[in-house]
Order: sequence, then C-alpha cells, then structure tokens
Amino acid sequence: MPYIPHDGLETAAMLAAVGVERLDQLFDEIPPTLLVHDMVLPEGLSEMALHRELEGRAMSNAPLRCFAGGGAYAHHIPAIVWEIAGRGEFYSAYTPYQPEASQGTLQVVYEYQSFITRLTGLEVSNASLYDGASGLAEACLMALRIQGGDKSILVPENLLPGWRRVLDSVLGLQQIRLVTVPYDRATGTLVLPAEAGDGAALIIPQSSALGLLEPVDALTDWAHGHGLLAIAVVNPLALALLKAPGDWGTQGADIAVGEGQPLGIPLTGGGPYFGFLACRKVHVRQLPGRLVAKTVDGQGREGFCLTLQAREQHIRRGKATSNICTNQGLMVTAATIHMATLGGHGLQQTAVLCHERAALLRELLTAVPGVSLPYGGPFFHEFVLRLPQAAVAVRDALLGHGLLAGLPLADWGMGEAGDLLVCTTELLEEVDLLAYRDALTAVLETL
Amino acid sequence: MSTSIFDHDHHFPGVELPSDIPAELLRKAPLNLPNPAELEVLRHYTRLSQQNFSIDTQFYPLGSCTMKYNPRIAHTMASLPGFARLHPDTPAPAMQGLLQVLWELQEWLAAVTGMAAVSLTPAAGAQGELAGVAMIRAYHAARGDHGRRKMLIPTAAHGTNPASAQMAGFAVVEIPNLVDGDLDMAFLDQHLGPDVAGIMLTNPSTLGVFERRIADIAARVHGAGGLLYYDGANLNAILGRVQPGQMGFDVMHLNLHKTFATPHGGGGPGAGAVAVQERLRPFLPLPTVGREGGGALRWVTEQELPRSIGRFSAHGGNIGVLLRAHAYLRRLGRVGVSRVSAYAALNANYLLKELQRVGYQAAFPERRASHEFILSVSDLQKATGIRALDVAKRLLDFGIHAPTIYFPQLVPECLLIEPTETESKATLDRFVAVMAQIRQEALEQPELLREAPHHLPVGRLDEALAARRLDVAAAQ
Repeated sequence: MPYIPHDGLETAAMLAAVGVERLDQLFDEIPPTLLVHDMVLPEGLSEMALHRELEGRAMSNAPLRCFAGGGAYAHHIPAIVWEIAGRGEFYSAYTPYQPEASQGTLQVVYEYQSFITRLTGLEVSNASLYDGASGLAEACLMALRIQGGDKSILVPENLLPGWRRVLDSVLGLQQIRLVTVPYDRATGTLVLPAEAGDGAALIIPQSSALGLLEPVDALTDWAHGHGLLAIAVVNPLALALLKAPGDWGTQGADIAVGEGQPLGIPLTGGGPYFGFLACRKVHVRQLPGRLVAKTVDGQGREGFCLTLQAREQHIRRGKATSNICTNQGLMVTAATIHMATLGGHGLQQTAVLCHERAALLRELLTAVPGVSLPYGGPFFHEFVLRLPQAAVAVRDALLGHGLLAGLPLADWGMGEAGDLLVCTTELLEEVDLLAYRDALTAVLETL
Repeated sequence: MSTSIFDHDHHFPGVELPSDIPAELLRKAPLNLPNPAELEVLRHYTRLSQQNFSIDTQFYPLGSCTMKYNPRIAHTMASLPGFARLHPDTPAPAMQGLLQVLWELQEWLAAVTGMAAVSLTPAAGAQGELAGVAMIRAYHAARGDHGRRKMLIPTAAHGTNPASAQMAGFAVVEIPNLVDGDLDMAFLDQHLGPDVAGIMLTNPSTLGVFERRIADIAARVHGAGGLLYYDGANLNAILGRVQPGQMGFDVMHLNLHKTFATPHGGGGPGAGAVAVQERLRPFLPLPTVGREGGGALRWVTEQELPRSIGRFSAHGGNIGVLLRAHAYLRRLGRVGVSRVSAYAALNANYLLKELQRVGYQAAFPERRASHEFILSVSDLQKATGIRALDVAKRLLDFGIHAPTIYFPQLVPECLLIEPTETESKATLDRFVAVMAQIRQEALEQPELLREAPHHLPVGRLDEALAARRLDVAAAQ
C-alpha cells in the first residue's frame, strides 16, 4: 500500500484495541446514505510507471530560449539553492509555531527579512505573501487601513494587466474604487495625475508593464504632496541596480511590494512564486502576514520567534489584517539561499548583465528591417519592439525556431498589434541574441 | 543560536552601474548584502536546517494540519526541467504536457469531492476560502438577491473562515457547538433568513467528530436560500468515503498541502483548489484548463467565463504544488485514495484508545474519532497547574512535534492530535509511551514540564520581549 506502513497483523491488533472488526466500522457515525458508491479515478501506478508517464508529459513541453518576462523571469539558479532548500528539514517542516523546534526556518526568515529591507530601503519586511500580484492587493488594503475611511487607490494604466485583474478581484469585493492613472502615449511613462480625489495611495511601478523606468521621485513626491501613500512595485533583482523605494522622492515610498520569483525560483508555468512586502516601521501593526523577530530564551540565549501575531487570523479571526495563513515559506528559504550565494556583489553583477544584454538585443533587433522602437526611455531588462506584422503571429512563428520571443501587448489589450514586450536575462548569451535577430529577420521576410 | 549569514562577508570592489540609466534612478549607495563564499553558505544553511523539526525527521501529531509523509517522487516529478523551465506565458500549444496534468487533476479532484467543476488557482486554503465565499456572493448577486450580507460560521471554525468572509465583504455570525460536538440547530434556525448568504462548515468538524446532522443542516440552509461552504482542511478523514458534494455542500476548497501530501515547506507554499456544484461553475476563479473537441487543452479566460469572480494571482496558481498533488493521486489511484481515510481513522482511533488507557481524558469520549481527536488536560491543570502548553513543550524534548494546542478554543487546555495514515503502529506506540511518561512527570516533577524543552537549541523564548523590541531585521 503506497505510503501506508501497516501490515495485516498490525492492522488486526489496532482494530482489536479500538474494539471493532473491520476498518469500515470506524465510519459508523456517518449516515450510510452519505457513503460513496462510485468514484471515477484511474488505477494507481507504480513509482516507475508514474515517472515514465510524467517524464513523457514534461518532455512534450518543447524547450524554448526564453525572451519573455512580464513578471516572470528566466534566471540561472545556483545548484546549491534547491540542493539545500530541498533538504527534508526545510521541505517537510511545518509553520514555525513551535519556535524551539523551528529555529532553522525562523532564522532563515529573519535573514530574508533583513535582505529585503536592504534591497528596498525600508525598515520592515514580512515573511512573504502568495505572489507579487496578491501582495500588491494586500499592500492596497494595508494603505486603506493606515489612511482610514472609504477611499480609492490610484492604479497606473501601465501596471501589469494580470496584476490589475487581481486588484479588481480582491479590492472589488470590498467596493474599493480603483482610479486609473494614464500613461503618456508618446513616452510610455506615467503622467502626474490631475487630482488625488479621495485616493489613499498611488501605486508606482518600477519598471512598468512596458519595461520603462518611471520618474519615481516626482511620483512619490506628488503622492505625499496630496496626502497619499506611495506604494512601490519593484523587481527585487532590479533593486540591486535601481534606487531603493525608501530613497524615492524626499520622504521615500511607504510600502514596497513585488514578485520575488527572480530570486532563485524556477518558472514552473507560473508558480509557486512569492510576494514580498516591506514598509516603514511606523506601519508595522497594519502589516499582513507573518513576521519573525529576534529575542532571547530564559537563559539569555538568542533565538527567533513569530511576533505581533495578534494581527493574524488565528488570533484575531474576522478582525485580522488579512486572512492569509499559509504563505510561501519554502520559496523564501530558496530566495534567501539564492541571495546569500550571489551576495550583494553577485546580485549587482547579474542585474548589470541583464541590462547590458537587453541593451544589446534592443540594438540588434531594431536594426532588423521594419522593426522600430515605440518608446525610447531608460529601461532595466525589458523593452517594447514595434513589429511590422502582428506580434502574436510573429511570436507563434518564432516558436518554430526554438524561441519564446516575448509577450504580444495585444494579448493584454495594450499598445498596437505589432507591439512585443521582449526581456533579456543573464541566461541569454550573445549567440542567443544573434540567433533571435536572424530568426526574426527570416520570419518577417516570410510572414 | 547559529552564527548569522552576516558574519560571513568578503570584500569585493564595487560594480560599475550602467551609464545609460539616468543617475537619479540608480541606487544611491552600494547594495549592503553580505558576500559569503559558497561553502560558507552551504554550511550555514545546512546547519540551520538541522535546527528544524520536520516530517522527514520527526513525528508530527499536529491536529487539523495533516502532516503526512511527502513522497519524494512528487518532488522529483515537479522538478523535471520540462515543467520547471516553462514560462507562464508560453502559448498553450507549446505547454500541452503541463496542461494535461492540470486538466487531469481538475477531473480527479471533482471526482473525489463529488463536485461538478474545479479551479486549481487559489494559492492556499485561505485564498481558496476567499474565492469560495466570493463565488457565494457572486451567485446571490447574479440572481438579484442583494440582501444576503451574513455568513454563519461555527465558533470552533479555523480563524481563516471568519477572516476570509470578512475580506469578501460579509458580516460574520458565529454559531455555537453543543456538548456532544454537533452544531446547535436551534441557534441555526434562529439566524437563518433572507439576510444569510451561507454557512461555512468543516466536516468532520474541528472538534474531531463527524457532524451527523449534515443532511438536515443542508436542507435548512438551502431552504432559507443560503449556500453551504465546505472547509476542506479535514478532507483526509473522509477521502474516498464521503463526498462533500453528496453531503449537500455547494462550494469548497481543498488543502492540497494537507490531504494530497504536498510539503508544508516551513509555512508554504500550499494550494487551495476550489470545487463547486454546477450552479456555481460560471463564477469559478480563473484561469482553469479547458479541453477542446479534438483534445487540445487551453487556458479558460474571462472571454469564456465572463461572470467569473476573477483572478487571485498573476498566473495559474501554485503549479509546482499542483504537479506534486497530481503525482500523489496518480500513484495512489482509486483504491489507494480510499485507504487513506481508513488508515487515518484507524491510527486516530487507536491512539485515542491508547492515550485514554494511560490516563488522558478525551473531550468527546462518547464519540468516534475521525482522523483526529481532542484531549483535555484540565485534570492535570487542576491537580498540578500543568497546562497543555507544558505537555506540548515537553514532547519536543522527546523528538516529537507538539500537537495543536488551545484550538479549538471551546475545549479548555486541549491538545488536538492527528497522526495521519503514514505513521506506523510502532511510532504511535512510542508516542503513547512518551505521553504516559510525561503524565507521570507532571504529577511527580511538574517543574520539568514547566521549564521544557530542555534539549533543543533554545528554551522557551521571550515573546513579549520580541514584540516590544521588534528586532525584525539585522542592523546595518
């Protein structure tokens, strides 16, 4: 019996101790009319047969050189990251509610929180949320609690559309109004809103869904000048290079949130990733999710435990700051080991490499006949190309060349039909960039 | 305590930042993260791992959490490069292998729960609850029934239930349980009415017993125009034996990281798939996986399901967790799935009998245990001052993880114990022997318990100091 250790003698002895003859009798309090008669499930497989079947499925997903980003990025993950995160002591541990038996996980989370505060330039980081998009929804709810009263959230039009949908779904349940802040069609970057209305916070993406860097200082100052909080949406790897949200404008952003996937998490078709959320210490009591603090035991030995649990659902129930319980613990463990392995120096080198490769690819691809650049502003590692053909058709044709060429903005209902969002990371070497240029040239000639 | 990662730092020259990005957008100061050598990283985190309890190293009789063995083959399958390297925006024709797995899992979970349709996207149980109650809200709204603002929830429910209902814009009304563990029907009847959207129940309940009048409850709630939500936290108790759909539930979530053996990972990631009856299908969270006539698979989006409650994460949910749950279900098959609840119930009922034999008191001695049960150590507290917390901490000294304590709150000084089906009789017998010894110690040397644990890297931590000092990040 897979994963059930009982032999016949043991089962018989246990049934006798309980005082029943058959396993079925253990369910004698359940009304018989409720018992299942028919359940359409396949027969079980041996481990060997299972391996064979799933390997076949995995191999049928064609391997592609990945030039797609849009919130999920293909990076190199050092071998030790999942070698350690996959250890049973991390992998199969429970939530650290018993701190004496969970010092390993708790110290990892404390180190993670320390790394995130340094990347974001803010004082407090929680222990993770589900993903960047749901993290942003939590950040908005947090901002509304801080500001008090029924207010709206100012949402940039060039926020990743998948994230906007999550805001619509989660904030819509509480009748929170989302006011769209448009971007300038010529530059692709945000225009300072005409008025703040009853806004509680302005969301500032760095970079935006168009890959462009925003004037974050001016946007942050505008938000504070109008009594709004500034919520930074950032790529953690880009923060090795770009100004930390805590340094934006004259006062700094109030909350920073983002998708943690670039820090050692495999793409795996969209998850599990993790959302990070950092804020100023003054707002810590409105923070959603778990938080780890350093303390001492009865003998004065240093140790770590969960803290301010009265914010959370298992204590505060209906009045908690969020309903979140399970977070993305193992992803945080991997991200912490990833950041430690690369170190501050390695993270900066990787970020610079991503940018340089993207700059080179942009140069190579804009030299292809008919291809142009709709926006010329500064960028990190993603940019929009304007193709002379529909981007969806070009993307599909390039699959045949072993390339996932990028994300057609038309899929998101943004930009023009020819617009393709292209991303480059350190994984793609010059030979890959040249292959992209050649394949694109060939495809545009034949389409 | 171990050394800190910040103790391992080597000096590197600064990295030159790109000149084509305006200086005002670049970091003001170098990134102040440590630069340890790879071997230092390896040793540091390996040592930290050794300060954890885990299923791979310890027994976890942790009620309501279903800490069963996480089969390694599931991890190996989810890590196959063909899955791990897939970008979420890969066009469907180039990710048919993954979509096939997800489509099968949808079908199997519908079969297991007796429901019509499944969405796999919620990232954890609480997000599944939020999606579930949002569907209840959308259902009533679509019928123009706008007055249903109340959600009924038993006092003993998981804290996420009221928190999720609140987040979905409902007012929560708590319903008490009777002394035999069943729901207070008189109280239910008093509160049912045109303002009630539904009720959230766990069955078996958090009291470790099966709600025997569930069909009656379903009839009354439906009669009053409400819907029934099933919290799948305790699904392990009835897997392959009773289906929530058949009990009369309209919508539910499953905790794949409990029932379907995916790892807890020190706090996540989980997966909180939702399953619904036909009438709620139009409101499912997106994306789901759909199959065309020719067998080709695709993501179902807003165009196809315009009344959906929307999306709760940027992509398709915790797919790596879903891959693991699929591998587990495929390995077990139809027969293996039914064995899960049988042996989970056998282990729980055996453990209950044995612990009663060595002197512990059951909270509901007249009732059959489900996959878990509650003991109360109120008698020890009266005799010696020893509390459930002290028993739990002393267990850690014997290399056994503490049971869930002080939940549900209505049983004083309670221990909620769930052994799961993957533990052997020998492990259970050792647990009973340890519990017997602890009971003896409580009576003879209570200070041994009050000061426990003695043999772990740290003793009981000063949580008040932690909250007051709030040292939540290493000082720069």
